[in-house]
Amino acid sequence: MQPAIEIKGISKQYRLGEGAQMYASFREALSGKLKNPWKTRRTEKKQSRVQKNSFWALKDVSLNIEKGETVALIGSNGAGKSTLLKIISRITDPTEGYIKVRGRMGSLLEVGTGFHPELTGRENIYLNGAILGMHKTEIDSKFDEIVSFAGIGKFLDTPVKRYSSGMYVRLAFSIAAHLEPEILIVDEVLAVGDVAFQKKCLGKMSEACSRARTVVFVSHNLAAVESLCSRGVVMHQGSVAFDGPSKEAIRFYLENLGGDSGSSRSHVVDLAASSGRPLKFRPHLKKLELFDGDERPLRGDVPAGGPLKAVIHLNLDMPCTSFDASIAFDTLGGQRVCTAHSAYEPDREHEERTGEQVFTCEIPSLPLIPGEYKVHVGLDIASGEADWIEDATRLTVLKSDFYGTGILPTKGLLLLQNRWSLEYQREEVAI
Amino acid sequence: MSAAYELTIKPRKGWQPIDLQELWVFRELLGFLVWRDIKVRYKQTILGGLWAILQPLIGTIIFGVLFSKVAPIKTTAPYILFVYAGLVPWTFFANSLSMSSNSLIGSEQMIRKTYLPRVFLPLGAILALVLDMLIGFALMSVLLVYYHYQVTAALLWLPALMLGCFFVAAGMGLTLSALNVRYRDVKYVVPFFTQMVFFLTPVIYPLSSAPPKLKIFLALNPMAGMIEGFRHVILGSAISGELMWTSAASATLLFIAGLFMFHRMERTFADVI
Repeated sequence: MQPAIEIKGISKQYRLGEGAQMYASFREALSGKLKNPWKTRRTEKKQSRVQKNSFWALKDVSLNIEKGETVALIGSNGAGKSTLLKIISRITDPTEGYIKVRGRMGSLLEVGTGFHPELTGRENIYLNGAILGMHKTEIDSKFDEIVSFAGIGKFLDTPVKRYSSGMYVRLAFSIAAHLEPEILIVDEVLAVGDVAFQKKCLGKMSEACSRARTVVFVSHNLAAVESLCSRGVVMHQGSVAFDGPSKEAIRFYLENLGGDSGSSRSHVVDLAASSGRPLKFRPHLKKLELFDGDERPLRGDVPAGGPLKAVIHLNLDMPCTSFDASIAFDTLGGQRVCTAHSAYEPDREHEERTGEQVFTCEIPSLPLIPGEYKVHVGLDIASGEADWIEDATRLTVLKSDFYGTGILPTKGLLLLQNRWSLEYQREEVAI
Repeated sequence: MSAAYELTIKPRKGWQPIDLQELWVFRELLGFLVWRDIKVRYKQTILGGLWAILQPLIGTIIFGVLFSKVAPIKTTAPYILFVYAGLVPWTFFANSLSMSSNSLIGSEQMIRKTYLPRVFLPLGAILALVLDMLIGFALMSVLLVYYHYQVTAALLWLPALMLGCFFVAAGMGLTLSALNVRYRDVKYVVPFFTQMVFFLTPVIYPLSSAPPKLKIFLALNPMAGMIEGFRHVILGSAISGELMWTSAASATLLFIAGLFMFHRMERTFADVI
């Protein structure tokens, strides 16, 4: 049988700094044309710009994806995963190569694309559905299911601009989850909503995967990749670095490439210019410093059960009374282990602040078993997310003698404070 | 999986044919986009749909006072009717250019994150304005009754003229919207351009009052023929058949050229927007 998606020698070249350059070059384009009317733009391009300021986001990628297969694309930021998805979904043209797609395709690179804040939930369901490629009759038949999955029942006729961000995302995902093409292209869209809703989404996704549809899936949530996908393709710098069963692909990625993103081995992490910040946030968070219990700088490793002190520098550009910082710890597989949040602090005083602020978080004992963890830093203002740095730094938890016995658990995630005692053996006295 | 659904994605160069079949498959989306634009336009406005007639109406009052009392312009029909019949299609044209040229950069997220026939974005913006034009003409009928003006069977040409107007607006709107993605200069050019062309189009004066040499140049503008045409079918003013055919032909050409131009530039939208 012919593969559902046949990717052959796909390359994509981008010109760097194009945005800024292109606007300015209207004048240049005009004056260039006037000076030398016979020279076409194409020859000019060939000569100068392309070679100097270009890079290949994808270089000669070939893959066959069979019908019914669920394939995950894994890779660090900038590895070319999203570019490949954009080419498959026809958002942008490849520079070289071709792709054959056999079957009705639906792509989901973002949830809620085309949502209009002025329109009601009901209206946006139809609009967004149509943008995703659904027909009106199809939306009609799934309408009730979409509404109940999103749990927005009584807000159906309220403009979505009045929705909470959670409701907004739930509605957006719910529409997307009811898209039923033969081939589904999904980019990192599961990282939305609260944990309960994420679980529900994963459930819906695996339902989709099991219905023998072809799914191409990009996610940084390696746990989701492992549970949903049979095959993993590791991408690195625009090429395929590994292709095989998802478990092996994840191992390959973690061992060879997983460490090269965001991990800096200094106790001071610059958050202002971090690449882990989603585009929607303005940089409020400036700096994260890590110390051990004796105020000594920590260079990325901490003994299991040892004390950890984190200092977060942030900037409030408006006066705020209610703002809170948080630090979250994830396994490399993307599973959240625990979160420290200043909102949990009972003695925190709320007063109006503006400008540079410094939060100190003291964790007397970090209860993680040895291994490597991703550290995320977040800022909430007025109980809404204001900033978030994904994978700000990595923390290695080293083996230690936490229990005083030299023994540590090897399974699970947490070090549980526990004391055991054995009752005295009752003497069996014959009466 | 049907073989009919095989799709090949490869680099495209130069001029390409337009995939009409695909536009047909996505036709419902065009409907939704038009419906969205109409719904959104007057949300949170006090006057709502009244805005559709307010623009030509206020223009009519100002020009009416100016050119019937201050500096009279000779027209066959009452000047108020004459200028209103010109201002309704002109308002449609001017609003179409400004709405369509900004339609793509206003939907940046949609262009970067989904695939859809992008030509629907500027076309939808213009089609949504057709409703305003219809409301404008509805008020025209009220004015006609007020002035006891008799209409003739020529009124049956009205839909054809509206189509012609749509062709001119869409032909220019498609090109401008595509250029705007790459060169944001367009945003500044469009209002200035429409303002200038307003005076070069026989909206507030009849084409017949222009000297013959100038008339040829003015007739090059397809909107000139359209507006004269509207006056002919509604008010029965005289019109030259030559002008009408030239305008109809250039409107159609403009529309087709706009479609192809757009289709050619569309490929890089997601990369440069």
